[in-house]
Amino acid sequence: MALVVPGVRPVKRRAVRRWGTFTPLILLAPAMLWLTVFFVVPTFSLASQSLQTGDIDNGFVLTWHFQTYAEALGRYWPQFLRSLIYAGSATVITLLVGYPLAWFIAHRSGRFKTMLLVLVIAPFFTNFLIRTLAWQIILTDTGPVTGFFRATGLIHVLQWLGLVTSDALLYSPFAVISGLAYNFLPFMVLPLYTSLERLDLRYLDAAGDLYANGWNTFWKVIWPLSLPGVVSGTLLTFIPAAGDYINSKLLGNTQTVMIGQVIDAQFLRVLDYPTAAALSFILMATIIVMVGLYVRAAGTEELV
Amino acid sequence: MVEGATRKATGELRLVELFREYDDFVAVNGIDLDVPPGSFFALLGPSGCGKTTTLRMIAGLEEPTSGRIFLGTDDITNTRAHQRRVNTVFQSYALFPHLNIIDNVGFGLRQLKVANWKTKAMEALELVKLADRAKQKPRQLSGGMQQRVALARAIVNEPEILLLDEPLGALDLKLRREMQIELKRIQQEVGITFIHVTHDQEEAMTMADTVAVMRAGRIEQLGEPAALYDKPATAFVANFLGQSNLLPIEVTAVAGDRTTVASHGTSLVVESGAIPTEAPDGLRLGIRPEKLRLVSANDSVWTNKLSGEVTDASFNGVSTTYLVRMPWGQELTVTQPNDGTARATLGEQVTIAWDPHHAFVIGAD
Repeated sequence: MALVVPGVRPVKRRAVRRWGTFTPLILLAPAMLWLTVFFVVPTFSLASQSLQTGDIDNGFVLTWHFQTYAEALGRYWPQFLRSLIYAGSATVITLLVGYPLAWFIAHRSGRFKTMLLVLVIAPFFTNFLIRTLAWQIILTDTGPVTGFFRATGLIHVLQWLGLVTSDALLYSPFAVISGLAYNFLPFMVLPLYTSLERLDLRYLDAAGDLYANGWNTFWKVIWPLSLPGVVSGTLLTFIPAAGDYINSKLLGNTQTVMIGQVIDAQFLRVLDYPTAAALSFILMATIIVMVGLYVRAAGTEELV
Repeated sequence: MVEGATRKATGELRLVELFREYDDFVAVNGIDLDVPPGSFFALLGPSGCGKTTTLRMIAGLEEPTSGRIFLGTDDITNTRAHQRRVNTVFQSYALFPHLNIIDNVGFGLRQLKVANWKTKAMEALELVKLADRAKQKPRQLSGGMQQRVALARAIVNEPEILLLDEPLGALDLKLRREMQIELKRIQQEVGITFIHVTHDQEEAMTMADTVAVMRAGRIEQLGEPAALYDKPATAFVANFLGQSNLLPIEVTAVAGDRTTVASHGTSLVVESGAIPTEAPDGLRLGIRPEKLRLVSANDSVWTNKLSGEVTDASFNGVSTTYLVRMPWGQELTVTQPNDGTARATLGEQVTIAWDPHHAFVIGAD
C-alpha cells in the first residue's frame, strides 16, 4: 500500500468516492418511487381492506376481523387447490414443450435463430384476450382438433384422466390447462433459451469422452447447468398462471373456476372487498412460500 | 492406480487413410499412422493443419469422412465417443462447473459403474498433487490446477489412449515447463499411450518419443525429435522446428560418401547420404544457426566456409545471434555460444564454417 513511485502522485481516493456516495441512490430512486406508489401503498391498503367489515352501501371499517381469512379459505379452498394444480400442470407442459424448443433455437437453428426467437414472442403482438378467444375456435366442437381427438380415441384417455367430462374439448379442464400452457409458453422458452445458449457445448464433448451416453450427458451435465433457466422459466409460468382468471373464464366451465376468477367476482360483482382482499393475500402468501421452498430445493445459488 | 486395473491396456492406435472433409475445405487429407503402445506421441503443426481434427476423430467426437481407426485390433471407426476406451484432456479443460473436483474426476468411473470410484478418484488426485482440493469447485482453482484436474479426470479411467489437445496452451511459460516435466513423469508412471497435439515445437520435442509434423491435413514427416531436427525432409519441417539457413545448391561431383556442390559459385561439401534420391532439382542445403562457427579468414581446418558482413548482432546472455550478409545479399543466421570466444562486431567481415555432417539437404517442395 505504501508503494511510492517517484514523480507519480498518489490518486486521491476521496475524489473518486464523492461521486459514489449518492449515485446508487439516484439510480434507485425511480424504481423505489414506482414500487412505493404502485406496490407498497396498495399492498398496505389491501391488507387493511382484508381486515375491514361492513358493506358497499354503508362503507367499510377496519375492525381487525381476521375471521375473514378463515371463512375465505374454508369456502374457496377447492378453487385454490385447482389453481395450483392447473398452474402446475401448465408449467410442466410448457417445460416439456419449451426445453427441446429452446435447445433447438440455441444450438441447432443456425441462421434462423433470430427468426425463431421472434416467432416465440410473436403471440405478444396479439392481445392476451384475443389469443385466448382464438382457442375457443381451435377447440370448437366441429373443429379438426376435436375431430382428431375423437377419431384417435384420445378423447377417452382425457375422459379417463378427468380432463374432459363429455366428448367435447372446449369448456373443460383440458381446455383451461392448454390455454394456460399456450399463453405462458414464451415465459418458459426465453429464460431456458438464455440458459442453454450460454451452455458451453464443450462440456458435452467432455461428457461423451467420459463415457456418458446421450441420456446421461443430458441428465448429469446439460440439465444441472440449465437449472437457472428452468427455475426462472417455471416461476415466470407458474406464478402468473396460478392467478390467471381469463383462461378458466373463457375456456372452462363452472367446475374449472380458478381463484383468480373468484377474486375477480368478489371485487367486481359481489363487491365483498374484504373477502377479495383476503383471498389475494392468501394467494400471495401461498405462492411466496412455494417459490421459497422450490428455489431452495433447486439449489440454484450453488450454480455458476 | 494401475495396480487396480483388471483390464490389460493395449494402447496401440492405427489410423488408415483417414480423411475429414468439410463443405469448403479438407481438414484431414489422408493420414496413415501407427502409434505403438506406451509411447508418448506428438502431433505437431501450425493452427489449421488438421491436428485437432485428427485428435477429435480418435476421441470419437468427430466422424471421419473416410478411413478407419483401429484401437489394438478393434475397428472403432463407427463407435461413439462414450464407447471408446480413450480419454481426452481438453484445451479448455472443460471441467464441469457444477461438480466439485472429486465428482469431476470420478465422472468417468461412475459412468463405467466402477464401485470404488471415490478411492480411485482420490488416488488420481494424489497423483497430480491436488487431493486437498477435492471438495472445491473448478472455478476456485488456478489455471494450472484445473489443468491437472483435467489430466486426473482423464487418466483415472485407465484409458488405452490418452489424448491431449494443447493442454498447456493456456498456461504461462514457467508453469508450462513444469507441467511438461510433470506430464512426462505421469506418462512414465501410468504407462498409457499419450497422443499430444501441440503447435509448440519445443514442447513436442521435449516430451514426445515420436513427433509427427503435420501440414495442410497431412503428415509431412514423422520421427524422433532429434532426427526431425537434425535431418528435416522438407523446408516446412526445417523452418517449423527452429530456424534454418537454406542455400540453393547444385551437385557438381560425387566421390564416395562426399558430394561436392556449388552454391552461388562457392564450392561446398555435403555427405552423399544426405542428398535425396528423388527430386534432384531445386536442392537446398540447410544448416542450423547453432551449427555455424565463426572462424578466422585464413582457417584451413573447416571444409565449408562462407564470408560475409555482420549486419546485426544480438546478445542474450547464453549466446549471441548474428545476421551475416553474403555477397549475394542473403542473410544467414549464426548463433555463437557464450563460451569465451571473441564476439564479432557490427559491420565486421567474418568467415563462417560448418561440419558437412551437420548440414542437411532438402528437395524442392
